[in-house]
Amino acid sequence: MWESIDHIFKSSSEDTETMKQLFGYFLIAGGFVFAIVLGVTFYILRKFKVSDHSKQHFDTHESHKVEYLTIGFASVLVVSFLVLAIGAINKIQTPIPEGKEPDIIITGHQWWWEINYPSEGVVAANELHIPIEKRLLVRLESKDVIHDWYVPALGRKMDMIPGQSNYVWMQALEPGHYDGACNEYCGAQHAWMRILVVAHEQNEYEKWLADQKKKASIPQTALQKKGAKIFQDKVCSNCHAIQGTGAVAGIGPDLTHLGSRETLLGGKLRNGPGSLKDWLRDPQKVKPGAHMPDFLFTEEELNALTAYLYNLK
Amino acid sequence: MEGYKRNMIPEPETPLPSIKTGYGLLQWLSSTDHKQLGIMYLWMALFFFLVGGAEAMLMRAQLALPELNLLGPEVYNQLFTMHGTTMVFLVLMPTLIGLGTYFLPLMIGANEMAFPRLNAMSLWITLLGGLLLNFSYLAGGAPDAGWFSYAPLSEKNYSFTPGLDYYSIGLIVTGIGSIGAALNFIVTTITMRVKGMKMNKLPLFVWMVFFNSFLILGAFPLLNAGLFMLLLDRQLQAHFFLPATGGSAVLWQHVFWAFGHPEVYILALPAFGIISEVIPVFSRKKIYGYVTLAASTVFIALLSFGVWAHHMFAVGLGNPVNTFFSAASMLIGIPTGIKVINWTATMWGGRIFFSTSMLFAVAFLIDFTLGGLSGIAFAIAPIDWHITDTYFVVAHIHYVFLGGTLFASFAGIYYWFPKISGKMLSEKLGQWHFWLFLIGFNMTFLIQHLLGLLGMPRRVYTYPDLPYYGSMNFIATMGAVLMMIAMLIFIFNIFHSLRKGMKASSNPWYAWTIEWFASSPPSLKNFDELDEVKTSRPLIDWEKTNQRNDGE
Repeated sequence: MWESIDHIFKSSSEDTETMKQLFGYFLIAGGFVFAIVLGVTFYILRKFKVSDHSKQHFDTHESHKVEYLTIGFASVLVVSFLVLAIGAINKIQTPIPEGKEPDIIITGHQWWWEINYPSEGVVAANELHIPIEKRLLVRLESKDVIHDWYVPALGRKMDMIPGQSNYVWMQALEPGHYDGACNEYCGAQHAWMRILVVAHEQNEYEKWLADQKKKASIPQTALQKKGAKIFQDKVCSNCHAIQGTGAVAGIGPDLTHLGSRETLLGGKLRNGPGSLKDWLRDPQKVKPGAHMPDFLFTEEELNALTAYLYNLK
Repeated sequence: MEGYKRNMIPEPETPLPSIKTGYGLLQWLSSTDHKQLGIMYLWMALFFFLVGGAEAMLMRAQLALPELNLLGPEVYNQLFTMHGTTMVFLVLMPTLIGLGTYFLPLMIGANEMAFPRLNAMSLWITLLGGLLLNFSYLAGGAPDAGWFSYAPLSEKNYSFTPGLDYYSIGLIVTGIGSIGAALNFIVTTITMRVKGMKMNKLPLFVWMVFFNSFLILGAFPLLNAGLFMLLLDRQLQAHFFLPATGGSAVLWQHVFWAFGHPEVYILALPAFGIISEVIPVFSRKKIYGYVTLAASTVFIALLSFGVWAHHMFAVGLGNPVNTFFSAASMLIGIPTGIKVINWTATMWGGRIFFSTSMLFAVAFLIDFTLGGLSGIAFAIAPIDWHITDTYFVVAHIHYVFLGGTLFASFAGIYYWFPKISGKMLSEKLGQWHFWLFLIGFNMTFLIQHLLGLLGMPRRVYTYPDLPYYGSMNFIATMGAVLMMIAMLIFIFNIFHSLRKGMKASSNPWYAWTIEWFASSPPSLKNFDELDEVKTSRPLIDWEKTNQRNDGE
């Protein structure tokens, strides 16, 4: 995930390209204006600087020319950027075709992302997998407070607001990993509500989709079986779902394919048996404020549960 | 002396009941004198500046390196909420209102504000609000939903300490104080000007404070209404902002920013006023384009009520709404640009003397321009969709509030301190203060533009160790340390100068507005009598006709 910083400079969608181009123009215009103000100010300061404060005073020969010039120049800039902005707005936020269903529904929770592929019946969490090239329609919702979906390379940012559905177009032109984060302050763990998007070639994407459609792996070893039992006994299933078992709740992230994810806890930890165990041992130490309770597992239980959960590939 | 019509200053005819002789503490507490109240506003602002500054230093310490664990998220979130709220409502507002309370009557040749008791109430109720807000630390937890307190995060089920209740009540009370002060400024300016001072001869500081007061009267009731609704939600289970029970989370944002955006200009206009006083005096020039400066203020004030939704471009408003608010927000760049040009043109052909006050004014000119330009980036909706809620916003807001309002306030304080105290501030310490603060400020915040463009969200208590994140944040923290040292020098300078400073004459900067006609510090009754004002530089006119100040 950390290597994907490059993609913040890169754009991998037409929308980001549009935004970056507009920002480029703005930077040139803004830089020009700032350079003028800076240059003129320093010129004046150098030229008219004195070392003694005197009682002398001068009148000002006012000429409205300078003011008209400023108004004219500023108006031209404002109008040109307004035209550019309107163009970009209409290019990025295009109307949704009549009757089109969203390809993906993403729901913000404190502090994780629920990801639904409605036409595929697949539910995932925190890591979004998409096929390249297609301009996907994504519906954004929130279960609690306001969150904000933002993956710079893939398009604009958009708030996720409880009681309201927002739509955004998402596109990745090249396969790869894309980094993002929740951009609207959403409480204690806003910092660890990061996003990882993995864009695949079409055939790979379908393979991934097929994997996700599978029910959870059956526990094999004795340790894993013990872990599965602990999962049921310790009421983990009150909040989490594991497809193919009795656990169907949707309060916490779906764990059916937990072992296949690259990161845990909204980007806080790299996935692995060690970090999973740390988390289960003391959730409040790893991510203070998170809604996961501390079950005070024994070391033995931790080993079993970790073995079971990490096996869910 | 015959032949000149001398105008008696009519009020106060008898000293107001609460003003006693002597300068005991009780006299300060019971004072209705605008000068004493102004001074107390400034002390209050300095006190809360230390509080808000300490909060900022703790935050910068936590952010100095990636994944530090100095403060937990709960503490950090309280700190950034309190830092923003304190700096906006308890530091910048009281500084500007305090300078206005002290100098507005003096500059229009009046001896008092129109409503002296209302003036006292405004001060004390503002302080009460500030204390209530900060009492939350002891009462179970400070507010932790940001200074903007977006619903539903600010509602009882997501923020269950009493912090947000104190936030609501504290700001309602403080807001009433601001409204009282605004009303007082308006009535004072309209009714108490010395003879001959027509509205087109008002010093620009007075003009800005006067016009700003209408903004306060328009904006603060909106905030107070919103805060009452939030309080009802939290305490009486109303559901204005709770989507689950039929409320709307976005409604809060509309109400808050309908206040919040004018508030930005409420903090900017008096600062513009200060700059418009300081630059001419230290350039020995008359202000360039008085009418344009005054008129552009009116434009900014009117526009400011029609741009609030540019804080909400990521909320999912439709294209027509986004376009309207983009256009309206970008328009503000025009009158603001004219102001910058006018200030620059004022210096042209003058004799520019770099007192500390002037240094801060010039730094204002440059850093505020940068803040204004980065602000236009947010007005362009598609750019906003990239940078809103990242560190770019943190950089922008600090360029406007620190590089803008605070630099102007420093300029004003170095300029007027001799008048207020009768002592000169040390220029040598002032220069140290200026350069350290300027370097520290730009170190901290310039780099945050880049952090924002790199995608670092704001309001995070820590961040992953991504390339450049750690080093840039470390530089920002070092800049904050420089600013802290600069502030310590500033505070030392104040106390040192009050005790041992050089005595100030009544007009040490050879300025030409009426406050410099009074003695330094002014006597309880500011003026005994004043001549008619003929131009916008009355002191120069009066000197020409050999009038002497008999108020001394």
